[in-house]
Amino acid sequence: MSLVRGSAAAARPAWLPHFGQYPAPLYLGIGIVGAIFLLAVFAPLVAPFDPIAQNLDVKLQGPSFAYPFGTDNFGRDILSRVIWGARVDLQIGLIGVVFPFLIGTSIGAVAGYAGGVVDAIAMRVVDVVLAFPFLVLMLAIIAILQPGLGSFYIAMALVGWVSYARLIRAQVLVLISADYVLAARSLGYSHGRVLFRHILPNAITGSIVFSMSDVVLVVLNGAAISYLGLGVQPPTAEWGIMIAEGQNFITTAWWITAFPGFAIVVMALGFSLLADGLGELLGVRE
Amino acid sequence: MSLHRYRFVLTRPLQLVPVLFGISIITFVLVRLIPGDPARVLLGTKATPEAIERIRAQFGLDEPILLQYLYFLKNLGAGELGNSILYKIPVLRLVGERIEPTLLLVGGSVLLALALAIPLAALAAGNRGRPADHAIRLFSTAGLGFPPFWLAIMLIILFSVKLDLFPVAGYGDDWAERLHHLVLPCFTVALALSAVITRNLRASMIAELASDHATAARARGVSERRIFWRHVLPNAVIPAINLLAVNIGWLIGGTVVIESVFSIPGLGQLLVRGIFTRDYMVVQSVAMVFACATVLVNFLADICTVAIDPRVQL
Repeated sequence: MSLVRGSAAAARPAWLPHFGQYPAPLYLGIGIVGAIFLLAVFAPLVAPFDPIAQNLDVKLQGPSFAYPFGTDNFGRDILSRVIWGARVDLQIGLIGVVFPFLIGTSIGAVAGYAGGVVDAIAMRVVDVVLAFPFLVLMLAIIAILQPGLGSFYIAMALVGWVSYARLIRAQVLVLISADYVLAARSLGYSHGRVLFRHILPNAITGSIVFSMSDVVLVVLNGAAISYLGLGVQPPTAEWGIMIAEGQNFITTAWWITAFPGFAIVVMALGFSLLADGLGELLGVRE
Repeated sequence: MSLHRYRFVLTRPLQLVPVLFGISIITFVLVRLIPGDPARVLLGTKATPEAIERIRAQFGLDEPILLQYLYFLKNLGAGELGNSILYKIPVLRLVGERIEPTLLLVGGSVLLALALAIPLAALAAGNRGRPADHAIRLFSTAGLGFPPFWLAIMLIILFSVKLDLFPVAGYGDDWAERLHHLVLPCFTVALALSAVITRNLRASMIAELASDHATAARARGVSERRIFWRHVLPNAVIPAINLLAVNIGWLIGGTVVIESVFSIPGLGQLLVRGIFTRDYMVVQSVAMVFACATVLVNFLADICTVAIDPRVQL
């Protein structure tokens, strides 16, 4: 009996999760996001055609065996463009979240820890930024810079940090009176060390879970801004632009707009599930 | 009814003053950050020397930046927001002309979203754990991930191109036509919005159905229908109203995009066109109007909450 048990343990290492150990949305989310990530990385190998090469002999063809998602008005393969688009949109989601996360977490942590005037000023700035509709302020910033992906990231960082600042500040205000913080201060550790080595690691969980669901909003925003013509520029394959380009052909070629939209929905669903599963696992309630 | 609960209606606007100042500072700084001569930036490349002289004097463009901000505030107070380069009329008039479709779109979307969300949430809460509940929860999770501009085009393909029920784009001349044009745009925004509200309403309805006052009403023999309408719904709707107010910024962002999809001549379309034509006075003013509207809506939501719930003290 013990022998059988031993061999089972040997076949299944302890670090390998068994089914049901983690929340189901987590598996699904990791599966979807992982698949998109692999598609993006291996796009040159997976995509059957060049995403921007025009082939006017096969323009506006419906879904077929050769072109599963059909072709657009330049004869470009929609499937290949959707696969290559994963590269751009995944990048939008990740970079568009990383900078607001870092900036917001730093400002919020320092404001909450320092308190007083620093906190008051930071929070008034947060109030003002929040008074603007998110997309409107982003568009206004992009108007000043110039349309493009770089401007999108800058605008995203300038507008998106406020949610992270609020989240982390609230956590820091709770943890600041914890015994271990007092202990660390009594040991003579500097404020910086206490804040970034002791408080922040305990305060950050909620922000990490939020950042996963924030990816959904960032991707939708990025695609919307590209759709408006103010983000990623043609002929790059990006889902938002593809939808905009297909809008002229809705009466004859629905597939040009339909498939990139489905891709956005799948990616959004993946990150939503990931956020839900992660939140459940870490015991974070939104 | 005690009026002192409404005292915040007088005091809250004072607390909003710093935020409004902040909004004016951001909109002022936004345009001053554009490289080049501000007079040229504001008037475009085809401006006459006289016009440039005039705007220099009006906005104090030769003065230090702090003084320029005061000039900006003075002009703002006088309702002087400058002229649009593209339309060659005062921006304020332009905003006034464009505000109606946007208001109708936002208002219609909110009403339609509530009309969708309340029955769905009630159905889910009443059938907790059953297939109907799971289906509605799936809708509220997946609904957030649908890009509104794409959903709009899919709805156009289905309802306008295939079924020929609604116009593809534009805005009508008389009221009947305008409402007809606004059905699809409102429905698009409402679908995304109702996903958010349904989730929230369902949770509060489940809590209310299990609450002590609902149990007490049941014990008195009150019908489930009456319990729902008199006890559950009013209590569950309050957090939903606040949720709507919190999401007003998101809602306005959504209408900006939807107006562009359907070519509705509202503020959002004005903003996007202003960006393309470098009509910075327009961009600045529309951003400011939207920000002030957001602040105002949150203030109105507070009044609504106090009016609906006698327990709330602000």
